Amino acid sequence: MSPRLRFVLRRLALTIPVLFVMSVFIFLIIRLVPGDPVRTMLGFRATPANVAQVRAQLHLDDPLWTQYRDWITGVLHGQFGQDFISKAPLGELLAQRIPVTLELTLLSMLLAVAVGVPLGVRAAVGGRWARRLTEGFVVFGISVPDFWLGIMLVLFFSGTMMWLPPSGFISFAEDPGGNLHYMILPVLTLAVAEAAYIVRTTRGSMLGVMGRPFIVYLRAKGTRERSIVYRHALRNAAAPIATVIGIQFGVLLGGAIVVETLFALPGVGRLIVTGINQRNYPVVQAGLLVVATFFILISLITDVVVGFIDPRVSDRGQS
Amino acid sequence: MTMTMASGARRSRSAVAALPRSARIGALILVVLVVVAVLAPLLAPHDPNAIDSSRVLGAPDLGHPFGSDALGRDVLSRTIYAFRTSLAIVFGAVAVASLIALPLGTLAGYFGGWVDQVISRPLDMLLVLPALLLAISLIAIVGPGSLVAALAIALIYLPILARVQRASSLVVSQSGFVEGGRARGWSSAAVLRRHVIPNALGPLLVQAAILAGFAVQIEAALSFLGLGTQPPTASLGLMLSEGRDVLTQAPWVEIFPGLAIAVIVLAFNLLGDGLRRHLDPQGVVS
Repeated sequence: MSPRLRFVLRRLALTIPVLFVMSVFIFLIIRLVPGDPVRTMLGFRATPANVAQVRAQLHLDDPLWTQYRDWITGVLHGQFGQDFISKAPLGELLAQRIPVTLELTLLSMLLAVAVGVPLGVRAAVGGRWARRLTEGFVVFGISVPDFWLGIMLVLFFSGTMMWLPPSGFISFAEDPGGNLHYMILPVLTLAVAEAAYIVRTTRGSMLGVMGRPFIVYLRAKGTRERSIVYRHALRNAAAPIATVIGIQFGVLLGGAIVVETLFALPGVGRLIVTGINQRNYPVVQAGLLVVATFFILISLITDVVVGFIDPRVSDRGQS
Repeated sequence: MTMTMASGARRSRSAVAALPRSARIGALILVVLVVVAVLAPLLAPHDPNAIDSSRVLGAPDLGHPFGSDALGRDVLSRTIYAFRTSLAIVFGAVAVASLIALPLGTLAGYFGGWVDQVISRPLDMLLVLPALLLAISLIAIVGPGSLVAALAIALIYLPILARVQRASSLVVSQSGFVEGGRARGWSSAAVLRRHVIPNALGPLLVQAAILAGFAVQIEAALSFLGLGTQPPTASLGLMLSEGRDVLTQAPWVEIFPGLAIAVIVLAFNLLGDGLRRHLDPQGVVS
């Protein structure tokens, strides 16, 4: 077995207990609500009969491990239970919501990488002005809260200029152009902070690589500076950049909750927030489970990608 | 006695002077903010919750430099009081997380082996959810409120701070003077107290300063979603959520609390980055 394949398999094996612990944690959320969760869900006017009925419906009276087994078996078959208020099956609801969140986070990450990596490289190899400007951008991106930035963007692009809709959503299948139109501001809102982190890491990693002897050798050999920077140095600086992109993906999933609420996008994040406000625990659980699973899978993918970019990472696992 | 005190004072003064300019600016801004928060009742020109129907969405003027909101409340006074709420939540959360992380991380790093496993594995489990989601899960269980928001932030930061303290205590534990302490027959407790903790504390402080900045953002985000501080208490996130409804008529209701958050985060970041160079030579803090 090649060391790389072994590394990937090891990392995969490590993911399974993490998924298990996460699912137990999310399963327990509703059981940890102080007092009777069903009473909290139904409100004060609920009759004992109502409460008993809902308890039975949610299987809250079964032994805990039976409850977990039934729940997780359902989830693995795509059955997430029922929306407590609308009685709609949660599987279908999630199938509508997940693509929205995925589109938002993927587009934001693409934009952040497309802007962040070249800016970070310029900050490392460029002149004083390139350095100052990018440093300013990093400080701005990290300090400004994303949702406030989003509101300011709405104020300018929707309020003053009337170029873009302030909130709302059209599905991509219905009208691709309209979908992108509505996505511009949310994506921009999320991308700025991500880009700032990517710039900072790219700059640091590139500075480290540009000081190494092989760069001096390439210069002495007469390799063009452009090729030194983008073909040789950037390739060697890629592992930390890939790591930070992976970490920021997780942050994006959290940020999506706020941005979806801000722009009224029907994604998983907004589902969770409305679920909490309505004490709709099955919805909250299903939403959290989906986002947490994405988070864990992304960190798995990141580790594997970094292992491939920088073989030292995957080799280290052997010794 | 007097001499040691005097030299101590001189040392700390020169230590402040030796910090990079950015860290000193960050520290200065923070001192000003803390003073503003503490003296809020004296500094706020108006009662933050006084409703004035004659000044609904009033534009900024001399008496109300930040304007007034949808209920005619003075935005400057509310921002000053919101500083208080936010800083209290943030300092409380980071202090609680640091005080728990300090012993846990120190023991895990110093003893290693099964002690490390028993301490670190459960803490790692807290990292399986994205930060904001972990906070939201806790709020889903307990219900919204400022105290819950503070606890949620502490819960997010505990594993991060413990990990930093563990790494830094591990590095220090391998150094010669710790070995020397053991060779002199000191107990583990004495070695930890006299050698390990004082020398391993720097990175934890740096990480805590950086995290405190983000805690302001998390607190604001939670309150913005209606999951943190509840009305009518003035909180920066809550003010942003109220200002959003009147954005086009009265942008000042929205602009100033947002700028306030940015200033706090910036100050903590400047301080943390400046301290990093001095207190974290091994680069333990991520």
